[in-house]
Amino acid sequence: MDTLRPAQNYLNEPRGWKSWLFTLDHKRIGIMYLAAILLAFLLGGIFALIVRLELLRPGADLMSADTYNKMFTLHGAIMIFLFIIPSIPAALGNFALPLMIGARDVAFPRLNLASWWVYVAGTIIALYSIFAGAVDTGWTFYTPYSTQTTTAVISMTFAAFVLGFSSIFTGINFIVTVHKLRAPGMTWFKMPLFVWALYATAIIQVLATPVLGITLLLLIFERLFAIGIFDPAMGGDPVLYQHFFWFYSHPAVYIMILPGMGIMSELVATFARKTIFGYRFVAFSSVAIALIGFLVWGHHMFTSGQSEAASMVFSALTFLVGIPSAVKIFNWLTTLYKGQISFETPMLYALWFLCTFTIGGLTGIFLGALVVDVHLHDTYFVVAHFHYVMMGGTVMAFLGGIHYWWPKMFGRMYSEFWGRIAAVLVFVGFNGTFFPQFVMGAQGMPRRYFDYVPEYGTMHAASTVGSWIMTLGFLIMATYLIASFWRGKPAGNNPWGALSLEWTTTSPPPPHNFDSQPVVTHGPHDYDKIIAPSTLAGR
Amino acid sequence: MSDTTGHPAYLAHHFADAEQQRESSKLGMWIFLVTEILLFGGLFCAYTIYRSWYPQMFLDAHRALDVTMGGINTVVLITSSLTMALAIRCMQLGQRQNTLRLLWATLLLAGVFLVIKYFEYAHKFHLGQLPGKYYTYTGVEGTNPHIFFSVYFLMTGLHGLHVIGGMGVIAWMIRRTARGDFSADYYTPIEMTGLYWHLVDLIWIFLFPLLYLIG
Ligand code: HEM
Ligand SMILES: [Cu+2]
Repeated sequence: MDTLRPAQNYLNEPRGWKSWLFTLDHKRIGIMYLAAILLAFLLGGIFALIVRLELLRPGADLMSADTYNKMFTLHGAIMIFLFIIPSIPAALGNFALPLMIGARDVAFPRLNLASWWVYVAGTIIALYSIFAGAVDTGWTFYTPYSTQTTTAVISMTFAAFVLGFSSIFTGINFIVTVHKLRAPGMTWFKMPLFVWALYATAIIQVLATPVLGITLLLLIFERLFAIGIFDPAMGGDPVLYQHFFWFYSHPAVYIMILPGMGIMSELVATFARKTIFGYRFVAFSSVAIALIGFLVWGHHMFTSGQSEAASMVFSALTFLVGIPSAVKIFNWLTTLYKGQISFETPMLYALWFLCTFTIGGLTGIFLGALVVDVHLHDTYFVVAHFHYVMMGGTVMAFLGGIHYWWPKMFGRMYSEFWGRIAAVLVFVGFNGTFFPQFVMGAQGMPRRYFDYVPEYGTMHAASTVGSWIMTLGFLIMATYLIASFWRGKPAGNNPWGALSLEWTTTSPPPPHNFDSQPVVTHGPHDYDKIIAPSTLAGR
Repeated sequence: MSDTTGHPAYLAHHFADAEQQRESSKLGMWIFLVTEILLFGGLFCAYTIYRSWYPQMFLDAHRALDVTMGGINTVVLITSSLTMALAIRCMQLGQRQNTLRLLWATLLLAGVFLVIKYFEYAHKFHLGQLPGKYYTYTGVEGTNPHIFFSVYFLMTGLHGLHVIGGMGVIAWMIRRTARGDFSADYYTPIEMTGLYWHLVDLIWIFLFPLLYLIG
């Protein structure tokens, strides 16, 4: 019964591959981003599995130390620059943001298309570096090692530089879109929280990325001309590189997590059928995180020889940034409390997020404490911490978001049964992979080593097996999502009974989003006040 | 092409009216300029740090720069900012020919700036006052004089790239003006080009005293 799908929608109108590659439609650009980003995730994931396979048993099994260094660097760099930073904003955000505020498109459609092409260009340069000998510096490209190694540092950092532009373009577009293109009646405090989160993210994208850009340029010039700025032998300071780098990269972790938090708010409200508790607090906490996030970069350098006073200040500020994150967690929990929760696949991922991100966040506070960090610095504890945040946080939210908006994007439902199975496998596999790493790390297993003493054998083996369980979950997910194109039943406009604007148009939406200009009369999460529309197809 | 709803041709379909479109462009441009300032910010930061580390060397090394040429360039760039501003004004009044002339003048002045820069650079290359490991000059007192020239070439080089980029955009505006894309009702792209060009000018106005005049 295909009658619920509009005959003409953004997927089939206009036709032809050129109409996709040169489209100005934010929905198509979002889908193209989604495809590109999932490919990057696959590639980064393959490198991760190789790394884990090497670590299955003690001893050098598969590769030399040099190759290992390249493997984890490629894994890290791809996951960060190609996958997680653009993931939610550029893919899901591009698709959903204009729909959610009732706009016909983002403010600068051409710039939006340019950002996708720049992303592709950056990706090609990154792939080129893999074949030109890869990089073995770790994704942070720390000097002085990065100025000395013979690997393809220049092309890889240039790739990251180029990718930065695509991030800035998306950021500019979102800020202007939110300011200028909201539908009549959509006041700031009637905006869905996902929009607030993307707005805060965009602020960080435009304020932090240029600093990374110039830092990478300086590094490239250091390699080409030995300009001496980062080289102590020539009167420079290698720690300056770290300051520049983390001035971007700490805020960048909020580029990674804030959009995920935004998705969380949508999922929690929709699947608990309740108004978000403390909407304004949640909205403002995004902006607070964005701003305070600029003041804490020095917690990555506690052991680098920066002054003690600086370390103490950075440590204190780091605790401060925990507050707005905790505000969000408590508000979601309060929203869930006594809600009529339904455990569909997206909601499962929201629950995973609540468990794993909380662990990641709390262990972040451990690492922000000076004394503790000196012990845990560069151990597997750190590796576990950032995977709990990035994967347990952002990736879980991303998966939740994909499942949540899938019916809107393609007009089809996926198999709920397989969805739940995959969700459980991902959760079990994830914790199996990374929880042992907290234990190993606390016991002193250093990160980035390709070999280890046999005492750590059990934990490493458990971690590797966990990564296979997780992979199985992802394979199942890929299968049922792709299958949904042919077998999925029509989704209807609003399968979840959600209240935000994107659910008022058809699925998939028509090329111009709405048949008539929507006018907003109620808040996006006012489930308490409004009885959700009874068009709950698929429930 | 104006469509059936009576939109003027320059109004993109996703905007409700011309005002909204213009406001959006402006906000977007301002944010972009902020990112440009932050890009240079990294270099200003490096400048500050190395200047505080090697105050004497910076003082000695800056004498190697040619204040006259730098000064002329400052005047040239400020004048070009003026012609740019006047070009926008003329378009507001609908005087297309004057706009065209003034845009050409801006482009020409930008070219003059680059030519002078070329002579400055060539002279320094000749003397071996090059960045980093290519630095061979011996006439500057103090430790690590190559750092001053690294900073000099990076800052003026990045600025020069912005001048070249700006010239490209101005040339494009000339073409569009000549083609008749703009009118007293619609001149946003020229206005945005102007904003960008003022930023390029402004950055130079910081670079000139910091590099040429410190003392
Ligand atoms: C299949 C899931 C994953 C597995 C099994 C995995 C495994 C690993 C391993 C073993 C390392 C090396 C640790 C070290 O020796 O320091 C690592 C590093 C890293 N991973 Fe993952 N990872 C996974 C997913 C992710 C995701 C989703 C992200 C981010 C979105 C990510 C980001 C990173 C980063 C940034 C590093 C640091 C690389 C470096 O040290 O330069 N990982 N990962
Ligand atoms: Cu940090």
